[in-house]
Amino acid sequence: MMRFWPVLALLACAVLPWTPGLPVFWVSLLNYIGISSILVVGLVVLTGIGGMTSFAQASFMGFGAYASAILSTRYGVSPWLGLPAAILVSALGAAAIGAVTLRLRGHYLALGTMAVSVSLYYLVANLDFFGRNDGLSTIPPLQIGSYRLTDGRVFLTLVWAMLVAVVVATNNLLDSRLGRAIRALRGGALAASSFGVNTTQVRMLAFVHAAILAAIAGWLYAHLQRSVNPTPFGLFASIEYMLMAVFGGAGYVGGAILGALLVTAINDLLQDWLPKLLGQRGNYETIVFGVILLAVLQVAPEGLWPHIFRGRVRRRVIVDAPPLDRRPHVTSDAPILAVEHLAKRFGGLVAVNDLSFTVAKGEIVGLIGPNGAGKSTSFNLITGVAAPSAGAVALFGQPITGLSPRAIAGHGVARSFQHVKLVPGMSVIENVAIGAHLRGQAGALVAICRQDRGEEARIFAEAAHQLARVGLAGLADRPADSLALGQQRVVEIARALCLDPVLLLLDEPAAGLRHAEKAELAALLRRLRGENVAILLVEHDMEFVMGLVDRLVVMDFGTKLAEGPAEQVRRDPAVIEAYLGVA
Amino acid sequence: MDSTIAAILVQDGIVNGAIYALLALSLVLVFAVTRVVFVPQGDFVAFGGLTYAALEAGTLPGSLWLLGGLGVAAFLFGLHQRRAIIGMVLTCLALPAAIIAVTWLAVPLKPGALANTLLTLAIVTPIAPYIYRIGFQPLAEASVLVLLIAAVAVHLALMGLGLVFFGPEGSRAAAFSDVSISVGDFTLAGQALWILGLTGALMVALYGFFGFTLLGKALRATAVNRLGARLVGIGTAQSGSLAFVLAGAIGTLSGILIVPLTTVYYDSGFVIGLKAFTAAIIAAMASFPGAVLAALLVGVLESFSSFWASAFKEVIVFTAIIPVLLWRSLRHAAVEDDDE
Repeated sequence: MMRFWPVLALLACAVLPWTPGLPVFWVSLLNYIGISSILVVGLVVLTGIGGMTSFAQASFMGFGAYASAILSTRYGVSPWLGLPAAILVSALGAAAIGAVTLRLRGHYLALGTMAVSVSLYYLVANLDFFGRNDGLSTIPPLQIGSYRLTDGRVFLTLVWAMLVAVVVATNNLLDSRLGRAIRALRGGALAASSFGVNTTQVRMLAFVHAAILAAIAGWLYAHLQRSVNPTPFGLFASIEYMLMAVFGGAGYVGGAILGALLVTAINDLLQDWLPKLLGQRGNYETIVFGVILLAVLQVAPEGLWPHIFRGRVRRRVIVDAPPLDRRPHVTSDAPILAVEHLAKRFGGLVAVNDLSFTVAKGEIVGLIGPNGAGKSTSFNLITGVAAPSAGAVALFGQPITGLSPRAIAGHGVARSFQHVKLVPGMSVIENVAIGAHLRGQAGALVAICRQDRGEEARIFAEAAHQLARVGLAGLADRPADSLALGQQRVVEIARALCLDPVLLLLDEPAAGLRHAEKAELAALLRRLRGENVAILLVEHDMEFVMGLVDRLVVMDFGTKLAEGPAEQVRRDPAVIEAYLGVA
Repeated sequence: MDSTIAAILVQDGIVNGAIYALLALSLVLVFAVTRVVFVPQGDFVAFGGLTYAALEAGTLPGSLWLLGGLGVAAFLFGLHQRRAIIGMVLTCLALPAAIIAVTWLAVPLKPGALANTLLTLAIVTPIAPYIYRIGFQPLAEASVLVLLIAAVAVHLALMGLGLVFFGPEGSRAAAFSDVSISVGDFTLAGQALWILGLTGALMVALYGFFGFTLLGKALRATAVNRLGARLVGIGTAQSGSLAFVLAGAIGTLSGILIVPLTTVYYDSGFVIGLKAFTAAIIAAMASFPGAVLAALLVGVLESFSSFWASAFKEVIVFTAIIPVLLWRSLRHAAVEDDDE
């Protein structure tokens, strides 16, 4: 039933506008609700799901509307060809704005788009080319053969059919390799890039996607209204679309439509009733909208959608699929990881000083030391999160110093985090599947057209396999943040295994685990060792470490204090002094 | 363009820039202490200017009712959050009542520029901490983006309220003094001197406050690390409230200073505030001296572009943000994590 909803929805789009007794006024309102919904679906992907805030969505709508309006009124281009032109112009605009803001923290995008939005408004309102404040009128209607789409009811079918198409395409995108990457942005850009996600590119994808949907909305608007002027594409319109997204539920595609419906309807009621109640003097709906937006943020920050439609747990069906390609076997005698004279200084503080050690294939090395010894900094230097002040890191003898976390992940280095970084709200198995990001290729268009199913099946078969391997197969469909902290750490290990790693860096994997779980984890790590994976782990649980590792590297105040087999290190006087002090 | 015009443009630019600088300082302060990108900052400029103009004209300013209404709302919010009643009665009910009473008595007497300035500050400033209590404190743990959307919501509501209370007509007030200084062809207007003098004095005062007083240091501590500040006994809610008081006062004063120069409308504030944001962004929302310098630059850019291409002055000023963002973006090759 649910699989066929787009077909049913399209049927409804064709039939419902002809409902006897449907007032013309409602037809027009529903047209605008549909157009707004298309734009807000993009905003949901961008803001609610990708965690980026843009106040230029109405401007992108304006790009689309003006592009088609100018082409069709001045150059006699068919309004249908205005659609690809609208999409192109808007996508290019978004790419340009995105290029300068998407690498920076989120509020730069918000403020940058705010400034751009005001700037574009004044630009369009002052240039003859755009018809200044009056805008452009007598835009030709859409036409099929000689039939002109001027009837609101016919247009309603077009608008809502476009909305159905947009929702299907967006759901397809979100349920794909790149869609998971967009959702992973909210778990932290660092975690995503540690598994090879190009976060700048993925942000750009969400931004351009939202701009394209806005352009489609603008194109529809221009040929429905048959005239355009700068006002509906100004900053306040953008704020209103943001209100729709937040009100309906910024994290849900359905929330976009709910929000557009409610805000448009409320707006209409307020414009009717408030002046009657309070007189003509004020612009009362802005006050009411401001207050509603603030109240929703405080009372129901998720929006109305999840309160009305309780989220059903979606069971992902794992089908048999050929396994993903494995990493080519490296036949090098060089150690998998070689750290040489590594140093990191933060101003005057030396966090890591002249650290050297190696990890060979099929070896588990423990990195231990008191708090503040520089263990986590060393992890960050090896994985490319921070750049070393001096020294080198090599993988199979090849230098990887100074590479990005993404490139290092590409070389087969996978990690877990001291503070768990899973994507909250996303299921366990989807979180694990992010680990296999680099083992798939499907792009956005392939995903939207649903041509990525074979690859997706292979990715999820791998994720299910790794989840079973760490003993959490039964939790695959649970939201990741509903698990106990210890289990979340194990999910991180499964995600790391999906990368098909040659080197596994684990930051306190046993913290928060019960005794039996620790034993299972140790057994798993031993099995991996048997498969020639090299493992470097930071751990405070000495019982766990001593029984597991082949060698220990002990750090204190950034320098290596001792190195060797566990038993030998244990008796080392310098180590005893660092840990226990001298009597 | 000859040198006289250039000199006038530079003077105009620096005077406007000084106002942007004050506002940019306030934006950086509020952002550092509360992580709120304070979009309604400009609304305080409008309210300040309009309130001052109303007092000067001898009428009761509409902002009085806003003050009273928000005081009551903040009181009710506080009741809901079970705060200490006595303190709230004083700050949310008695204070606005007293301000309203004093204003009501004073207005018919037309007490002069200084008294009007003080009254305006007393009327408009408390609106900011009330807004903090109602709008932002319940969201204190939310992400920067949620706080930003909340700030936009507050701006929307305040602007609507501004229209209700002040009406669509703009207002203008008389200059503080008619004195002007002439050096050769070049004249420095009295109001410009007032603006430069007061903003300079205020900056020095802020410097002293943050550098040498315990309260100022507590604010700085909150800005650096909220959890750490709380652990050493600094109330972060109070710090937030205080930051909003300062932001409210700075916005109001800016409004009082510009209303003799230009007609202020209920919605004039936003664009002024956005220009201050441009300066704050150039300074990376972090550096105080950087923000001042950037603000002066924005002011001068604005005055020159209004001379050459007056219709496009906003376009030029707001587009100037793009190369700055580009430069910052290129400098930060690494991905920035939004985790706070």
